[in-house]
Amino acid sequence: MQFEIAKTLQKKRKQVLEFWMQNQLKDESLREDLMSNDELRKESDELLNSLLDALTDNNIADIQSSDFDSLTEIISGISITRARQGFSPKETGNYIFSLREALLQTLHNDFKGDANDLLNATLQVVKLVDGLAAVTFDTFIKGREEVILRQTDEITEISTPVIRVWDGILALPIIGTLDSARTQVVMENLLVEIVNSGSSIAILDISGVPAVDSLVAQHLIKTVSATRLMGAECIISGIRPEIAQTVVHLGIDLSNIVTKATLASALRYAFTLLKLEVKKSTKSEAL
Amino acid sequence: MDRIPILRMGNFLLVTIQVDLYDRLAQNLESDLVQMVSKTEAKGVLIDISALSIVDSFMGRIIGNIGSVSKIMDAETVVVGMQPAVAITLIELGLELKGVHTALNVERGMQLLKEKILVEDSEPDDE
Repeated sequence: MQFEIAKTLQKKRKQVLEFWMQNQLKDESLREDLMSNDELRKESDELLNSLLDALTDNNIADIQSSDFDSLTEIISGISITRARQGFSPKETGNYIFSLREALLQTLHNDFKGDANDLLNATLQVVKLVDGLAAVTFDTFIKGREEVILRQTDEITEISTPVIRVWDGILALPIIGTLDSARTQVVMENLLVEIVNSGSSIAILDISGVPAVDSLVAQHLIKTVSATRLMGAECIISGIRPEIAQTVVHLGIDLSNIVTKATLASALRYAFTLLKLEVKKSTKSEAL
Repeated sequence: MDRIPILRMGNFLLVTIQVDLYDRLAQNLESDLVQMVSKTEAKGVLIDISALSIVDSFMGRIIGNIGSVSKIMDAETVVVGMQPAVAITLIELGLELKGVHTALNVERGMQLLKEKILVEDSEPDDE
């Protein structure tokens, strides 16, 4: 008669949990700072129950089986939470792999049969836990990616402010790399603000842009052209020496765009265009 | 047939596009406008497209054409009130409307036209 892995494990549920906890607690990578032992035990207990409830000798080889749906859900949940809490992939992986050890330990202690059967049972358990581990990694990475995506969105949101520096003069400091998606946001914000404020001059300050390649330059030129179509003049300022060199070496023609070295000189140029003058007050007393 | 009215105001011609421009209407506008420029000897053409929310490459070209043709007829063209979405679309289509001037609103457009014409008038005196 074939050895019944599922039944044996279900009978020894308590023992498996004990082994598992022991394995986890003696592991060097245990993160007590992120999760208390009680919480860990609760989480492990829940996971183990779900696993053993769903496990039968028929579905042990097939982790995709719908019997394991609730288990997969729990594992995904744990994995995503851990990703957010800042566990490393290795720590999350060890969590699942220590379960494998516990399961095997329990099996071996309780085993009656010949070596071939034991090997078979071991292989099956290993395969099952590997399947679980794959799910864990999948969701762990997904969890991390979600975090990254959210941060990217936030950065795009906060990094494109349009500032009214003077009546009729807008400034737009660009910080970070300009890609197509961001250019679109920058352009839209700028054009809408031009309409709202009735400004006739916009200053694009690119001192916060780490590198300018032909694509970024293309985006800048697009923004300037769009501003012109709206009937406003666009000045690019904050071009660092390295960027100026790259632009020239790439053969990008910026000759029909007004460029200034600093925001200050761009502002001065804007004043000239608007026929404004800034004068030092002759009054001796400050207000 | 529908036509877009062209108003004369002193030296200038005013066109306000209040309806969605379809291709035929745009072509008519181009020919009407050129006729009017030659008939009235206008010095400037002001086109208000603030109500225009959709443009395609054909429309963009027509506007550019009007600018170039008027230029040959010795009139400056100013397009005013372009909406941000329209500007972005035109740029994405690669149309920069090289021949025409642009201004934010009608008031600024008028001011720009007056300046341009003043400059032109005063140039011969400078020589």
